[in-house]
Amino acid sequence: MTAEPTRRTTRVTVAHDVPSFDAAGLAPATRDALSELLLTLADDEFVQGFLDSEWTGIAPMLEEDVAFSSLAQDEIGHARAFYELRSALTGEDPDKIAFGRPVDAYRHCRLLDHPRTDWAFSIARRYLYDTADAVRLVALADSSFRPLAEVVGKVRREETYHLMHLDAWVRRLADRGGEARDRLEAALAALWPDALSVFAPLNGEATLIREGILSEPMEVLAARQLERLKGVFGGLGIQVPGTTPESSGGRTRTAPSAGFQWLWGEFTAVHRLEAGATW
Amino acid sequence: MSAVPLESAIRAALADVSDPEIPGLSIVDLGIVRDVQVGPGRVRVELLPTFIGCPAVELIRDAVLERLAPFAATVEAEVTFVEPWTTERITPQGRRQLSERGFAPPTGLPLGRDLPLIPTIDVAACPWCGSSNTRLENAFGTTLCRAIAHCGDCLQPFEQFKTI
Repeated sequence: MTAEPTRRTTRVTVAHDVPSFDAAGLAPATRDALSELLLTLADDEFVQGFLDSEWTGIAPMLEEDVAFSSLAQDEIGHARAFYELRSALTGEDPDKIAFGRPVDAYRHCRLLDHPRTDWAFSIARRYLYDTADAVRLVALADSSFRPLAEVVGKVRREETYHLMHLDAWVRRLADRGGEARDRLEAALAALWPDALSVFAPLNGEATLIREGILSEPMEVLAARQLERLKGVFGGLGIQVPGTTPESSGGRTRTAPSAGFQWLWGEFTAVHRLEAGATW
Repeated sequence: MSAVPLESAIRAALADVSDPEIPGLSIVDLGIVRDVQVGPGRVRVELLPTFIGCPAVELIRDAVLERLAPFAATVEAEVTFVEPWTTERITPQGRRQLSERGFAPPTGLPLGRDLPLIPTIDVAACPWCGSSNTRLENAFGTTLCRAIAHCGDCLQPFEQFKTI
């Protein structure tokens, strides 16, 4: 028998997982604009992560089961980092921001409001989201708000693997022809109106630009992304609708889609059953 | 316990803490320990997460706090993003230990500041037979930090530590 370890009297403290900064030193308008930006970044990654996790166990092949579970884990991790940054500004509990809001209070872009649908749809949506997110992250990489630039620097390295994976899948479906290509084209057509919704104008965007937190306006980023998409899809011979996707619809919605309402029911189930539960 | 602990003793103790997902490889050799600060009755350690969503981060932080508890009255372990962890931080000994455990160490340079929109991944040599006739099977594996590759000569699959 081994002896009981001696009970330690040492006081152990754990520092917060968020970079320390002087939130009180920010002007109220800057803090509000920054909080809003962080919420949109966090909600996008959070909802994309839960959409990915829906494939765990049922992806078309084992490799993709593993890949989408990893993608989900990455995105939820990124969301957590952004929620924690917001928490440091507003004093809210990060878990409560993530899980404790009513269904209509989430600020994810409209692209992520569609339900999972089929594999081609998931690939098409994820491709549109990841490539748009990459353009947005570049505009935050040199942010004057250092804690954000630091997290973004780390996130971009990880997202590199997502881009690589999704690019390969879009090409695979397009080059395969037949049903694979038909489904990809149908998904892109259905998603096209929301293809630039990552760049919906932000409340306080002018403040973010003035303070050097965001390097370029969202409409400039949206135009850049549109050119890139046209180049990629043109190269693959994929017709996309001639209409220009709107990025002006905003992120506030009074009626989230039935698909998102279902997803929200899933990811908040434990929190609603027992708020503050840990495991 | 208000004496100033020896930094060298702290670093030696940290070498006892390993990443639970890569047993036997210390967090020092993995390059997770960014900084150690000591003061009267006080130790503060900064840790860099390998991947943001890595579930081992909290386990590692708790293991660090427990391992360092005998050294000072106040022990702090902070997970920070102040600089990104990259695979270049793995020490030569760490790379050797990865190979010995059947993980190919990361290849090439870490991703630079100006990331290509669609990058590519270099596949490592086979950690079992040394062959370069290898191909990537999946950029995602059993943990966030691993990819799955396959050797065309000894026909064995192997895990490759992702370059990041």
